[in-house]
Amino acid sequence: MKVPNFVKSIIVGVPIGITILDTIGYVARVDGISMQPALNPDRDVTDYVFLNRWAVRSHEVTRGDIISLKSPKDPDQRIIKRIVGLEGNISCIKSNRLCNHCLNLQGDIVATIGYKTAIVRVPEGHCWVEGDHTGHSMDSNNFGPVSIGLVTAKATCIVWPPSRWQNIKSYLPKKRKPLNLTSGYFS
Amino acid sequence: MQRLVSKFVDTAIIFVQYGCIAHCTLEYVADLVVCSGPSMEPTLYSNNVLLAEHISPQFDKLSRGDIIIAKCPTNANQYICKRVVGLPGDKIRTGFMSHIVPRGHVWLEGDNRGNSSDSRTYGPVPKGLIRSRAIFKIWPLADATYLKD
Repeated sequence: MKVPNFVKSIIVGVPIGITILDTIGYVARVDGISMQPALNPDRDVTDYVFLNRWAVRSHEVTRGDIISLKSPKDPDQRIIKRIVGLEGNISCIKSNRLCNHCLNLQGDIVATIGYKTAIVRVPEGHCWVEGDHTGHSMDSNNFGPVSIGLVTAKATCIVWPPSRWQNIKSYLPKKRKPLNLTSGYFS
Repeated sequence: MQRLVSKFVDTAIIFVQYGCIAHCTLEYVADLVVCSGPSMEPTLYSNNVLLAEHISPQFDKLSRGDIIIAKCPTNANQYICKRVVGLPGDKIRTGFMSHIVPRGHVWLEGDNRGNSSDSRTYGPVPKGLIRSRAIFKIWPLADATYLKD
């Protein structure tokens, strides 16, 4: 039996495409107002961002990164949020050793906005995510700390519309800094 | 020399193609998993090899009693192999406490209840962390079985 050439190239091409989308990244549209003003600042213009999968291949994230994650309430839904609080020292947990340094460095302490407790210590393997548009965002203040395993990609740049071309900088609003990082908390 | 280079490029392309096909198969269809640790005894022991499929978790077709492989909620670089005990809405009793499994989560427990860290330690696990469902135990051969509840 002879397989036509174009069928052959589809059979080979589709897996290559999926692998690239899986390992390197893809472009996605940002829906909703939860990340204003960083994303979708104008109500009529939707931003398209590049979601970098390679950057989170070993689950390394830092505070202030904008990341996309599977919603803990619905695994088919992707949400885009900013990381506010992290668990303890990730590099030590990766090497599977506990040193004195990390015993002192347990998870961040976050002052919540409307969560069931006023402050939360981020548990092991979790992070605290929030939308920039406080009060209009479905985030950790609603569903609590999320497991880092749910993070699928890091948003690295805005690719569309052209007027908004830019890299996304890691930035944490001063008033949302975890309490253990603000000066004077331990004094 | 030129023929050598073009031959080398051809082989490289074939490697990439097969690598991508393998990636898609292992990521979306099925893969093999080696168990370690005592938490699923007596169903599974350390160094047992399982065939795990990725299709039913993707279409949300899990049921109680399935053995699943998921990312550990407390350490994203580690995988756990547990049994689904509760689906969203189920009421689970652990000791004196009773929990209701929230939407989008499952309750996981190891078969070796005395030596397993599972949902009794870290609570319900989001479905997004589930990677695959174990269907066959294929190693050791003498003990090869279809895994059902």
